[in-house]
Amino acid sequence: MNNITALDNQTNAKRKFDIKEVRSDFPILNEKVHNQSLIYLDNGATSQKPQTVIDAIDNYYQHFNSNVHRGAHALSDKATELFENARVKVQNFIRANSREEIIWTRGTTESINLVAQTWGRENIGAGDEIIVTTLEHHSNIVPWQILCESVGARLLPVNIKTNGELDYEHFTQLLSAKTKLVAVGHISNALGVINPVEDMIKAAHQVGAKVLIDGAQAAPHLVIDVQQLDCDFYAFSGHKMFAPTGIGVLYGKRDLLDAMPPWHGGGEMIEKVSFSGTTFNKLPYKFEAGTPNIEGSIAMAAAIDYLEQFDRDGMTEYEMDLINYATEKAQSIPEMKIIGSDCNKTSVLSFIIEGCHSQDVGMILDQQGIAVRTGHHCAMPLMDALDLKGTIRASFSFYNTKQEVDKLFEALEKAKQFLM
Amino acid sequence: MTTPEDIIDTLSFFDSWEDRYKYMIDLGKSLPPMDDALKTEERLVPGCQSLVWIEPTFENDKFSFQVDSDALIVRGLLAIVMAAYNNKSSQQIIEFDIQNYFSQLDLIKHLSPTRGNGLQAMVEKIKQLATSYS
Repeated sequence: MNNITALDNQTNAKRKFDIKEVRSDFPILNEKVHNQSLIYLDNGATSQKPQTVIDAIDNYYQHFNSNVHRGAHALSDKATELFENARVKVQNFIRANSREEIIWTRGTTESINLVAQTWGRENIGAGDEIIVTTLEHHSNIVPWQILCESVGARLLPVNIKTNGELDYEHFTQLLSAKTKLVAVGHISNALGVINPVEDMIKAAHQVGAKVLIDGAQAAPHLVIDVQQLDCDFYAFSGHKMFAPTGIGVLYGKRDLLDAMPPWHGGGEMIEKVSFSGTTFNKLPYKFEAGTPNIEGSIAMAAAIDYLEQFDRDGMTEYEMDLINYATEKAQSIPEMKIIGSDCNKTSVLSFIIEGCHSQDVGMILDQQGIAVRTGHHCAMPLMDALDLKGTIRASFSFYNTKQEVDKLFEALEKAKQFLM
Repeated sequence: MTTPEDIIDTLSFFDSWEDRYKYMIDLGKSLPPMDDALKTEERLVPGCQSLVWIEPTFENDKFSFQVDSDALIVRGLLAIVMAAYNNKSSQQIIEFDIQNYFSQLDLIKHLSPTRGNGLQAMVEKIKQLATSYS
């Protein structure tokens, strides 16, 4: 049945990508900040939501609000149906083999912690090694540090090259029979660099290691196919891909998830409870203790519908066009140095203005209505490796425009005048 | 010496953000820099995006402070705080309503702990010092 759904999606005519119409789908883009039109270039932190996603939450509370999987009445049946359909939607979105492989979480961070505290505690012991990269977000470092400390394993970071790219040779040198897990970001949040995850997964599997991909930054930009990647775990968040905050996904290969012990205990995740012992529910519910984020899941399905009505490769092309335009414009500012360049990357412009503190630049941009992120981007080891205190990160989405890029550069000129 | 009243007067006189920020940046530039040797871990105030250092001295019943930041606008904000706290007694520091002062300057958001600029933590530190000496 799922294959039929996938086919239907392919045969349906796609909506034409018209930037004016697309922008009008996102009500917040009309907001004014500091009396200026908002230019939202902080998509790496969180994405804005289309009206259909906002409506999905509203609609749920107006018509279907009820607890799921209780089956006692019509509303609960309807809520359960929407909730479980959303799971299948996510399954198809990342091309997973079965709905049981889709676990709802609060987000990428919780997904990674779930793997660390269940699969990790069962499979990683004293003397074992976990490989991460210097590019990782703290969320893909700290859960492994906590695990390593408690089981006596070692955490090894892959170096990066001066252009911000991962040093693949160093990665292969670190791989050994001791490697039990490789945990790597699909796309670096701080620089937008796309890691060669397909090759890394193959190489890791050759030494018998499992691979977890932190897909938080990839889900809004790339078409994900977990079966083609052959990753063992894939973690991502709703809020970075136009869905609400507080909802996320852990994908895991079924045999791994089946063998993993539960993490949080409570309702829903049990089969039978008695004081002499408790048996646990089957997948995916084994990992979903407590009443889930029902409206979040349903709204995430709406976000996927929103994305999939377009030709997604065309959207990626549009975003790449924006970043190429911005990169070219960067040459007009001699003091501007792009961090993460000449490599395979997504629509992120991470840079410094020599002689200016990134926070000062961010504040002057903010006054001009431009939202960017400044600082270490929750990637302090990366900033240390690059010998930087922080960068200014403009992260673009498909609803941004070249006019907004122009305004960013005008605003940067102004910041320079003020600060230099 | 610049007083809080001077700063309130000047900032309320400007009607564009450009002038306000230029003034804050000028205040930042005129703040006497701290000796690099003093910029140690112990003098660092926790902040996320920019660094703030503080070195207090207590003499003749008055506090004086050397403060610095690696970010220019934060240096301006430090100068604004110093107008209120520098060369004041512990009693004067405790009695000064810094929240109200920053509200009047329309800069209250910079005193929020979530701003990550270390300013709020520095203000807390000065108030604690004043309390412990009073």
